[in-house]
Amino acid sequence: MLAFCLLGTLPLELWLGVRVYRQWRRLLLTLLPVVAVFVVWDLYAIAAGHWDFDPAQLLGVVLPGGVPVEELLFFVVVPTCALLAFEAVRRVKGWPAGDE
Amino acid sequence: MSYTVLAVVGVAAALVLDLLVLRTRVVTLRAFWTAYAIVVFFQLVTNGWLTGREIVTYDESQILGLRVAFAPVEDLLFGFSLVVQTVAWWVWWGRSGGSGDPSGAARPDQRG
Repeated sequence: MLAFCLLGTLPLELWLGVRVYRQWRRLLLTLLPVVAVFVVWDLYAIAAGHWDFDPAQLLGVVLPGGVPVEELLFFVVVPTCALLAFEAVRRVKGWPAGDE
Repeated sequence: MSYTVLAVVGVAAALVLDLLVLRTRVVTLRAFWTAYAIVVFFQLVTNGWLTGREIVTYDESQILGLRVAFAPVEDLLFGFSLVVQTVAWWVWWGRSGGSGDPSGAARPDQRG
């Protein structure tokens, strides 16, 4: 699923020239607070039993707090893909975003 | 707190971050809502996969029980919060990196 997201959005960076990966420092600074907030949410949700994962369908790498490594990757991949979509829309439509 | 409550809090927190803390106001941008429409479509596909195959399961007592493409409706709020926070930080860092005017002239309003 994560690979599908990354591969699906890769053309946006490569051919549409949206420059998300190329602004890697800005991407990293964006991901840091977002990953932090959502890992905390995930830790709470797992501890409280809000959601659970099928171990048979996971890689098996579990981080402290019972967080599957896929969750951490999810919180990196999904925001990155969302930014690729956002930058692609801006580029195609020429709409402002407030950081010009 | 139930997932339902947390999901609503998550959306509220994202809006506070965007509108009051960073003042990026991405939720007033056409570019944001258009991108979100694309993202939410793929969320329904991928989340449907994850929940339909029961890779992820939910405690029924912690959700409303209303499901969209196999996934609890709360997941849509969770995803919205994630996307708002991400784009807000992205725009904020884009601003502070440049010398552009961050006071921000009124942007064309486009709400979803």
